[in-house]
This record gives sequence, structure tokens and C-alpha cells, in this order.
Amino acid sequence: MDTILSIRNIVKVYPNGVVANKGISFDIEKNTIHALVGENGAGKTTLMKILFGIETPQEGEIIYKGKKVHFKSPLDAIKNGIGMVHQHLMLAPDLTVAENLTLGIEPRKWKIFLDTDKMNEIAKRVSKEFGLEVPFDKRVKDLPIGVRQRVEILKALLRNVELLILDEPTAVLTPQESDMLFKTLKDLKKHGKTIIFISHKLKEVKQIADRVTVIRDGKVIATKDASELTEHQIAELMVGREIKSERIAPSPKVGEPLLEVENLDYINEENIPVLKSVSFKVRSGEILGVAGVEGNGQTELVEILTGLRRLTSGKVIINGKDMAGKTPREIRENGVSHIPEDRMKNGVAEAATIKENLIVDRYYKKPFSKGILLDWKYITNYGKKLIKDFNVLATSPDALVSSLSGGNIQKVVVARELSSNPSVIVADQPIRGIDVGSEELVHRLLKEARDKGSAVFLVSADLDEVLELSTRIIVLYNGEIVARFDDVGGLTGKDLGPYMLGVKREE
Amino acid sequence: MNPLLKSIFSANFVFATLRVTTPILFAAIGVAITALSGSINIALEGIMLIAAFVGVIVSAFTGSLWLALIFGVLAAVGLAALLGYFHLNLKADIIIAAIALNMFASGITVFLTYIFAHDKGTTSSLKSLVFPSYQIPILKDIPVLGKMFSGLNVLTYFALICVVIFYYLIYKTPLGLRIRAVGQNPDAAESVGVDVKKVKMYSLLLSGFFGAFGGLYLSMGYVSWFSRDMTAGRGFIAIAAASIGGNLPIGTFFGSLLFGVVNTLAIFLATLKVPSELIQMIPYITTVLVLAIYAIQKSAKSRGEE
Ligand SMILES: Nc1ncnc2c1ncn2[C@@H]1O[C@H](COP(=O)(O)OP(=O)(O)OP(=O)(O)O)[C@@H](O)[C@H]1O
Ligand SMILES: [Mg+2]
Repeated sequence: MDTILSIRNIVKVYPNGVVANKGISFDIEKNTIHALVGENGAGKTTLMKILFGIETPQEGEIIYKGKKVHFKSPLDAIKNGIGMVHQHLMLAPDLTVAENLTLGIEPRKWKIFLDTDKMNEIAKRVSKEFGLEVPFDKRVKDLPIGVRQRVEILKALLRNVELLILDEPTAVLTPQESDMLFKTLKDLKKHGKTIIFISHKLKEVKQIADRVTVIRDGKVIATKDASELTEHQIAELMVGREIKSERIAPSPKVGEPLLEVENLDYINEENIPVLKSVSFKVRSGEILGVAGVEGNGQTELVEILTGLRRLTSGKVIINGKDMAGKTPREIRENGVSHIPEDRMKNGVAEAATIKENLIVDRYYKKPFSKGILLDWKYITNYGKKLIKDFNVLATSPDALVSSLSGGNIQKVVVARELSSNPSVIVADQPIRGIDVGSEELVHRLLKEARDKGSAVFLVSADLDEVLELSTRIIVLYNGEIVARFDDVGGLTGKDLGPYMLGVKREE
Repeated sequence: MNPLLKSIFSANFVFATLRVTTPILFAAIGVAITALSGSINIALEGIMLIAAFVGVIVSAFTGSLWLALIFGVLAAVGLAALLGYFHLNLKADIIIAAIALNMFASGITVFLTYIFAHDKGTTSSLKSLVFPSYQIPILKDIPVLGKMFSGLNVLTYFALICVVIFYYLIYKTPLGLRIRAVGQNPDAAESVGVDVKKVKMYSLLLSGFFGAFGGLYLSMGYVSWFSRDMTAGRGFIAIAAASIGGNLPIGTFFGSLLFGVVNTLAIFLATLKVPSELIQMIPYITTVLVLAIYAIQKSAKSRGEE
């Protein structure tokens, strides 16, 4: 076998002193799918940014196709046939899908004009060729995050890459979409391409990777054939200790309904009914899980519950008060917390520090503010405590959120939302991008909140997560609740599947 | 009817509005195109001033309107290039660099006015040229419409054409697409190999190009001489005009028109027995009011759709 890429002794120190890569070396064989795994903050994204010419390493060399290379910008990398799908999406929100896809390689008419027809044609073609459906004439900002991810993947595929880097591409995809993507990746492999694949979902790694490199704390722990390792072994290599998954029994105390939704209808800007007389209750001490293929109204429902979107009609009663049409601040004041599906859009202010992000919803209250001034000393200590409790890998509470790894940014959001003693928790993909070790932590915290009497509304594209955590489950299809399961004991994905796909519905 | 109202509802008013709108519109297009690429360009004031001055001087000394045009544009684009160089290559803050260039333009034009015209205030002693006005065939013979829309300065018509050019540039060319992409998410543009710095530079140069005509119009159309700081804040009003219009072509046009109307109104009201200081405030107060209303509406709207 040929080595296409050889990474030798890469050392990367960020300006703030964080050593993200501490002498990383491994080889990637041509025509393989090579998985890269490691805990949040292990240095995976950093290494990939180095390969793609975004970051420069302090030491080490990269040998690509037998030649020592030194990419100064993504342009260099692209010219050499390297493509990258970034962990956090890189799309221009006001441009259409077709425009985003062809940006930089626009087809032209009479030399100086854009050939719009051709752009749409290209978009349609690749979307069909790779089996990833995208609405090519819609603006990116109007699309749910899963669709945006597909656009991102197509963008890389379209550029005829030889080496494709995928940084957690499946974090926001539904299982069905992930399967489609894997089929595409295997096809690409057949056509001689090489793929670097990063994921926290070890099942996926086992499913498609030929080889696996595990990194921990900036160092390579092992590079092995995927067939030599079990999921469990990979997880242990990642965290460096034994992992035991503990199951917590369901809460015995189910109380009053804290979140009640009655006949909620939502018609969107394009006059399409997105939610149709949705009604449900979530009581104190229970977790209501929503199962459904992404794009069936979950995003809108969550945004309505949290005040980010206005409903068309219906009632949203939270702690006895109708909160329909209220502002996010009013809703939060009423005891609601929200882990949003897109952390970069609705979860954090990237350019602010961790501690600032941790108090954005409560800075005006005691003890964070004293009169008209903020008590920074208190806030700093508070930040330190949450960083520790929620296992965030950061140098200090004063670090900028933009300097954190993706999973650690997610932890900051989770820390803020679960630390406010909420009575209702709206959790949309709470463990998106979080590593196996911390996943356990977030789940445990959600269960603890439940046991303390919170009502949890959980949305997840990961059916296993829904099944594991929920007290009850509803299935959303095409904006309607098509099934309700009050007893989840023994329930499996197979039981839910037909409802999720709309082939079956309860009377 | 009250004579003032009569004059406001006359063909004359429309005609005057278009005259007054012209320099604002040119500048606003310049502002808008840089805004789309993600930078704020407050240097239009200086850009226009330089073009206004160079146009007058070149036309006075060469007697050629074309040379005046070419050098006016070159000077303005040059100033924009300087702004780009400071901001993009030397990494200076674009606002501060623009303030410096505005002051530079103001100072150097006064200095050179003195050198060339031996007067610190205006070049009226020089025999400089003006751009001609143009009677539109057929339209000029239609009663009211002819009076409104025919016989304006050629640069006024060119300003309207520039709105169309701006539209095509932004929506129909690869450069326009890249400008928008860079403005919305520079990392995204860079990740597909777009040279962000280059794109930002092009959009600044374009703002110099459009702004140049605004300046040329002021000194060689609106009036027939250069006088110190004759742009009189139009470069800033243009920022408001462009942002009301969302920095998009049609919006920028209507935003500029709005300020044109208000300014013209102020001119017409000057005939009243109201202190002229009060009347001169009208355009600026309108700017503040309109921007405030615009901002409130925008934030209300964004909540509606989120
Ligand atoms: N721009 C930056 N400035 C300073 N430190 C950074 C920056 N980017 C990343 N880091 C730090 O480098 C370390 C490695 O981050 P990296 O993003 O490579 O992790 P990762 O393995 O991709 O994690 P995840 O699974 O959470 O995405 C982290 O400690 C992070 O805080
Ligand atoms: Mg990462």
C-alpha cells in the first residue's frame, strides 16, 4: 500500500500557550478511510487545520504524496486536492445553496457573468450523484443544520478532492443521513480517494473505518486496523481509563405538568404548515423524548417553546402561565432553560470569554451584579466552578470561547443551561459533538435534574439517546404527533421506525 | 394653494431632487459595495473631495472633460487603494485609516487650491469645465414629465445607470458573489480558496470608482468650481442611505432618494421666514430619525423570523 500522507512530529502551540499537538506522527494509506478519535480537546481539529493550511505548526513536517509540503492557506491545500468539511459550518448564510456550492469555482457566461443555470445544474448533479438531497435555490440561513451539513459535504466533494477531511460530519446528521454519507464515502474510496474521518460515535468508526488513530491530550496513543479494536477498547484508549456505563433507574416521583402545549399550530413564512395541532404535557420528574427524522418540525417546536419563534396559534403553558409569544428573557425568567441544536448560532458568543457566556442569562441578578456593577470576582469563581463541574477543558474562565474545541464549547452551553436550576429543560441534541466520557456526564446531569423535579423536553437525532433517557416518547412526523409511547420499557428503534417514516400512525 | 406647497408639488421639485440625490447616490453605492464585503467605508467623503478637486484642476488646465474624468476617477480610486493598503496590508483599523484619509483629502485639496487658484476657499477664479446636461429626445417634449426628467446633468443619468451596474455586478458576476460571501462569512470564503484580502481590496477600489463620480458631479455639474470641504457630509449621509437600503442596489437607490427629497425640501423651505439654521438641520435630523426607525424595525423583524 501507498502512503499518501505522512504526519511527522507535529507540534502546535496556540498563542495562549495551549499545546494542542505534542509531537503527532502517523501515516495515512492511500485509498483508505482513516478514523481519528479522541476526547474533546485532544487536538483533532487542530491537526486537521494544520493539514488544510489554516494553522501553522511550530515543529514537524507533513509529507503529502511523497513530497514535503507547507500549505500556507486553504487555497494551497485545495490546489493539491485536499478538501475539508469543518466541524463548525463554513457557509455564507445569505447565499443560496447553489451559490455556496460553487463559490470559488463559479461557472461563467461570456467570461464575466455568473452562469446561474449552470450553477443550479452543478448543484443538482452533485446532490444526485452523492445522494445528499439539498434545496439548491434556498438560502443557507433558512435551512436546518442537518441540511447545511449536507451542503458542506457536497461542497468538498464537488471540488474533486483526493484526500477528504471530515471533521465530525455526522454530529448533526440523522442516522439515515449518516448511512447515506457512509455509502458515499465507501464509493469514494472505491474511486481511489482517501478519507480522514473524525467522530465521537464509535459505532460509526467501527462501521466504516479501515484504520483508527487514537489521540489523547495532543499525543498519538495508537494507530491500528479498525478490525483489531472493539468500540469499548477504542473508548478506553481515548480516555485512558476504564469506562463503565451506569444506568440510573427511572425517577419514581412524577408530579404536576410543568410544560403543557395545547393545539399548537405553526405556519412558516412560506405559508407551509410546519406544526399541526401539537399537544403534549411534560410533568415534573419526567423526560419526554421526541423521536423523528430531522426536519419534521422539531427545530421549529423547540424555537417556539423557547421564544425564538412566534407560533401561529395554540397555547404554551409553562409553570401555569401561558408563555406563547413571550420573549426569550420572559420565558427563561419563568424557569426554562434551552440547549440549542446549533451551539454556534444560538448557544454562545464566540468572541466573548467563557465566564461571560456562562452568565449571559443571569448577569443582571444577584449575586452576579451588585447594584449597577457586575461582581467580576464572584463571576470568575463561578466560572471556575462550572468549568470544573462540567469538565470543560479550558485554561481559565477568561479564555475566549473561540479558543475552545467544539465539544468543549458544547459543554459551556450545557453548563450554563443546567446550572440555573431550571424547572423546564428544553434540550435539543444535548450531546452533539461531546466525547464518550462526557456524554455520560451530560446524561447523568439531565437525569439528576429530572430527579430533582425538572421537566425535560428532549429532542435528539440519535434514537438510542432518546430511548435511553426518556420516560415517555412522542414521535413527530410532518409536523404532527403520530405516536405516543407512555411505557418505554423494551421499546426499540424498530418499534419507532415506521412512525418516524410516516408509514404508520396511531389512531 | 399656498405658494410653498405649490412649489413643492411642482415638476421643479422632482427635477431638483434628482440633482440633489446624484452625489449621495454615487457615494451610497460606494458605501454599499464595501459594506457587502464586510467593511465599513467612511472614506467616501475624502474620495469624493479628491475627485471633485482633481476634476476641476485637470479640466481647467487641459480643457478636456475626458481627461478630467479619467484623472478624477484615478485619484479617487488611488485614495481608496491607499485605504485598502492601510487596512488590509498594514492591518490598520479601517475606521481610523478612513478618518485619516478624510482629513488628508480635506487638507491637501485646500493646500492645492491655494497653489493653483491663489485662494484658500474656492477655485472660482479658474476656468474649469462642467459636464453637460442632456435633453432626452421625445421625453423632453412631454409636458410635465419632460420638465421632471429631461435636461438633467449626464452624471445624474449615469448615477441611475450605476444602480443597474451595481445590481449586475453584485448578483450576476463571480466577483459580486465573492464580495457577498466574504462579507457574510470570510472563513467560509477562504475555506473554498477565495482570496479574502483581494476581494476586499476590489470592493474598496470599486467604492473609489463610484465615489469619484459623486465628487466630479459636485464640482463639475452641481456647481462649476471646487470649494473646500464641498462634500459637506454627503459621504456620511451616504452611509445612512445605503444602510436603510440594506446595502442592496434598489434599497440604496431609494435610501439615497429619501435623503435627496429631504435635502431638497430644506432648500425649498429656505424661502420661508424660518431661521435657516433650523432648516439646515432637517436633513441631519431625518438621518437620525430614519436610522432609528430602521433599526427598531429590523430588530423586531429578526425576532419574528428567528
Ligand atoms: N484558536 C485557538 N486558540 C487557543 N487555543 C485553542 C484554539 N483552538 C483550539 N485550542 C485549544 O487546543 C486544544 C485542542 O483543540 P481541538 O479543537 O483541536 O480539539 P478537538 O480534538 O477537535 O476536540 P473536539 O472533539 O471537542 O472537537 C483545546 O485545548 C483547545 O482549547
Ligand atoms: Mg474538533
